[in-house]
Amino acid sequence: MTEILGNWLAFLPAEAVEAVASLVAILALAIVVILCVAYATWLERKVIGFMQLRQGPNRVGFRGLLQPFADVLKLLVKEIVIPGRANRWLFLTAPVLALVPALAAWAVVPVFPGFAIADLDAGLLYLLSMTSLGIYGIILAGWASNSKYALLGAMRSAAQMVAYEIAMGFALVGVLMAAGSLNLGEIVARQSGGVTQWFIFPLAPLFLVYFISGVAETNRAPFDVAEGESEIVAGFHVEYGGATFAMFFLAEYANMILIAALTAVLFLGGWDSPFHGLVDPGWPVVGILAAPSLFWLAAKTFLFLFVFLWLRATFPRYRYDQIMRLGWKVFIPVTLVWISVEAVFFTLQIGPFA
Amino acid sequence: MNDFSNRVPPTRPGAGDRMRAVFRTFLLGELLKGLRVTLRNFFRRKITLNYPAEKAPQSPRFRGLHALRRYSNGEERCIACKLCEAVCPALAITIESELREDGTRRASRYDIDLFKCVYCGFCEEACPVDAIVETRIHEYHMERRGENILTRERLLEIGDRYEEQIAADRSSDASYR
Repeated sequence: MTEILGNWLAFLPAEAVEAVASLVAILALAIVVILCVAYATWLERKVIGFMQLRQGPNRVGFRGLLQPFADVLKLLVKEIVIPGRANRWLFLTAPVLALVPALAAWAVVPVFPGFAIADLDAGLLYLLSMTSLGIYGIILAGWASNSKYALLGAMRSAAQMVAYEIAMGFALVGVLMAAGSLNLGEIVARQSGGVTQWFIFPLAPLFLVYFISGVAETNRAPFDVAEGESEIVAGFHVEYGGATFAMFFLAEYANMILIAALTAVLFLGGWDSPFHGLVDPGWPVVGILAAPSLFWLAAKTFLFLFVFLWLRATFPRYRYDQIMRLGWKVFIPVTLVWISVEAVFFTLQIGPFA
Repeated sequence: MNDFSNRVPPTRPGAGDRMRAVFRTFLLGELLKGLRVTLRNFFRRKITLNYPAEKAPQSPRFRGLHALRRYSNGEERCIACKLCEAVCPALAITIESELREDGTRRASRYDIDLFKCVYCGFCEEACPVDAIVETRIHEYHMERRGENILTRERLLEIGDRYEEQIAADRSSDASYR
């Protein structure tokens, strides 16, 4: 892309062209992510509706396909009410703080072969830090609202995120050991070569822990105690409405898609095709499917996104103490055990890590 | 007397059972069971009725909006006997009678307050001349105060407009009465 832009913007210095190119890439990715979020909301309502034998939204546009835009329009024209005695500045900063890390984390995701907006060598660390930053938005929202429900929701989500952050980090350690790199592009490259090379098989327990921790990290059902509408109304965002609420909404769904994409990248070989090596890439149609491409990352992400919605349609909310028990007493030991097993396999040079 | 001799002592889970439970927990057995239920429903036919476009079938005995019927020669059936007024559990019917020039008794006033009516159909059952009936009409509304009172004129008008269906419904149900 830099070359194309270089021809157009030949009058600019090379560094400026570079900057414009990355700006275009960032915008493109952000717009795609936001569109995906819009349709994730539609998909969620459809999927949960279908699982409850309902039809889901079907009034706005063909099969309700324009519903997200109607929702966005509604949220944007609504008044933003700032509660009296709330901390105005923090109240308005919190949604931004929730949204920015959710979008920023996308920078290191290898979207298709050889492309990520920022090809960081410490990509995994960057991801960990970005996904844990999102919690500031939630805590600040709960605190700045000056509402008991919001504060309770914030406290709950803070404790929960801390607990699951650790299990998630340990699961990532397992991936890091298997791939021998923190660079997400390299992690995917290490898994290329069809289904058998994917980390999901040797690292199955870590995969489960990572995905479930991801569900907890994003405050999604069945770990949605931070919202808990039947207990604390809407948790940390009770006092938010209109555009500020839309930002929390956007952040939650962007995080959800991010976790789905990351699970695909870290455990299912990202953009690698499951038929890699089985079919000659020269063949028509089948060959295209066998080649690594954006399509496969999208398909895998969609699969995990569906699981997110499926979980929400299936399970009742965990009790708070059960969440804590699961995080501290089950997930962390499981990851520790499997990392040890992995280490033993490594030193003895047996199994898939030889 | 209580005899506890044939009581089986509660069995304690053996090592095998416990192992099985552990495997079940870590392989997410119960959770997958639940997920299977929702997934099966995901593919099942949806039971939603798209109401204004699709409607549920209606019985000929449906009890909706009221109507007053006429004989085929155009003479109104109601003879103001006030049996309906007497049987109405909600006291929704008000009738005043008068003597017509031809010497017959007729209702000069026949009001049904739709806000009071509970649509029980007793008025229709009580009527000796099949004058007051409840039709299939169930999609109606009031826009102004007072429109909830169905007067004699409006009841007759409804009866005239839907006589065909009313008659058909009565005759299809006649053999069960």
